[in-house]
Amino acid sequence: MDSTVAQTGTEGKLWGGGSQPLKASYGKLMMWFFILSDALTFSGFLAAYGFSRFKYSTEWPIADEVFTHFPFLHGIEAPMYYVALMTFILIFSSVTMVLAVDAGHHMKKNKVVTYMALTILGGIIFVGSQAWEWNTFIKGDYGAVETRGGNILQFVDDEGERVALADFAKGYEDVRQRQNESEGLWYESEGSLPDFTFNEVKDGFAENESLRVRTLKNNDSGEKTILSREASLAKLDEQGKGIVQGANLQHNEYGMPLFADFFFFITGFHGFHVVSGVLILIIIFINVLVNTYEKRKSYEMVEKVGLYWHFVDLVWVFVFTFFYLV
Amino acid sequence: MADQASTTHEGSSATKRIWYVFAILSIVTIVEVALGIIKPAFMIEFTLIDLHLLNWTFIILTIVKAYYITWAFMHMEHETKGLRRAVVWTSVFLIIYLIAILLIEGGYIEDVYTDSHIKWNL
Repeated sequence: MDSTVAQTGTEGKLWGGGSQPLKASYGKLMMWFFILSDALTFSGFLAAYGFSRFKYSTEWPIADEVFTHFPFLHGIEAPMYYVALMTFILIFSSVTMVLAVDAGHHMKKNKVVTYMALTILGGIIFVGSQAWEWNTFIKGDYGAVETRGGNILQFVDDEGERVALADFAKGYEDVRQRQNESEGLWYESEGSLPDFTFNEVKDGFAENESLRVRTLKNNDSGEKTILSREASLAKLDEQGKGIVQGANLQHNEYGMPLFADFFFFITGFHGFHVVSGVLILIIIFINVLVNTYEKRKSYEMVEKVGLYWHFVDLVWVFVFTFFYLV
Repeated sequence: MADQASTTHEGSSATKRIWYVFAILSIVTIVEVALGIIKPAFMIEFTLIDLHLLNWTFIILTIVKAYYITWAFMHMEHETKGLRRAVVWTSVFLIIYLIAILLIEGGYIEDVYTDSHIKWNL
C-alpha cells in the first residue's frame, strides 16, 4: 500500500523528501518512534519497581493477597480474577481495533465504524475497572498497625486467616473528637479520624487469645511470618505506633508504602494512556462517521491510532505480569 | 513477511490470523493466571539466576504475548527490516541494559540491609 496520506508535492523527488526508504508514511514512522520512546518511559518505571522489589525482596507484599476482590462478590476471595478479566477486555479491544484497521484496508466504512465503537467501549470498561480497583485498594481491607520504624503488622487468627481490625478492636467512649472548622481557633479543621485508635486495637488484641501478629518478613517458603502469641504481644507493645486502614502515598496497610506508590504511579500512568487513547479513538471515530477517510481514499489514520492502542495493550501485558503475577 | 503483504493478502486470511493470535493470547493469559493461583511448589523451589522458575515462566510467556501483539496486531511483520530493527533492537537493547543495572543494584542494597551492621528492623 502506498500509504502516504498527506500529499506534500514531493513525491518522487529523492532530495526533496519524496523517498520513503522504510516504505512507511511520515505519520506512521513518527507513531512508531513515539511508541519506542514511550516504551522506554514505561520500562524506566517498571525497572524502578523491580529495583525496589529486589531491594526489599524479603518483605514485599504478595500481590494476590492484596487484590482479592471482584465487583458484586462480597466476602469471596477471588485473587487476580478481576485483573485477569480486565486483561481480557483490553486484549479483546485490541482485536476489534486490528479488525477495524483491516476493514479500513478494504475501505469498508461500516465495518470500521462497528469495530471502532467496540474498541472504544472496551477501553471505557477497562478504565472503569481500573477506577474500581483503585477505590478498593484505597479503602483497604483488614487494616493493620504501623510500627515506629514504619513497618506493618497485620493480624491473623490461630489458623493463619486474616482478621480485620473491626473484628476485635474495643470501642472506647472517650476517644478524641474530630476537630471541625466551627470549633477550633483560626477556623482550622483536620482530615477524618480513623475508625479506631491504636489503644483500642492493642487492648482488643490483648483480650483475644487466638490472635497473632503477622509481620512482613517472608519465611523460607515465601510466606509471611506469623509470630507466637507472646512475641506478638511484645511486638505490639514495644513497636506499635498507630493504625492504618487502606492505602495512600504515605501509609499502606498492605505493607511497604513504596508498593502503593508504584501501584498508583504505574497503573495511573497506564490508565492515563488508556484515557487519552479513548479520546483519540473518539476523534478518529467521528472523522470516520463524517467520511473524512472515504474522501482521502485511505484509512491510514485508523491504522495510526490502532498502533497506539495496541501499544497501550502491550504495556498492560507487562504491568499485569510484574504487578500481579511475579 | 513480504513488505507489501498487508495490501495483497485477502481479507479472510488477515482476519483468520487475527483470531488465531487472539486465541494464542487468551490461552497464554489463562495459563498465566492458573499458574499464579496454583503456584506449583516445584516451580518455586527451583531457582535460576535469582528468580524462581515460576517467575521465569511468567516473564517468558509475557514476552511471547508481546511478540504476537507487536508482530501481528501492530503489523510489524509487514514492515521493512529497517523499520523493524530501528524500533525493536533499540528498545530491546536499552531495556535489557536498564533492567540488568537496576536489578543488580537492588539486589546489592538488599544484601547491605540484611548482612551489614546497620539496623533497619525496628
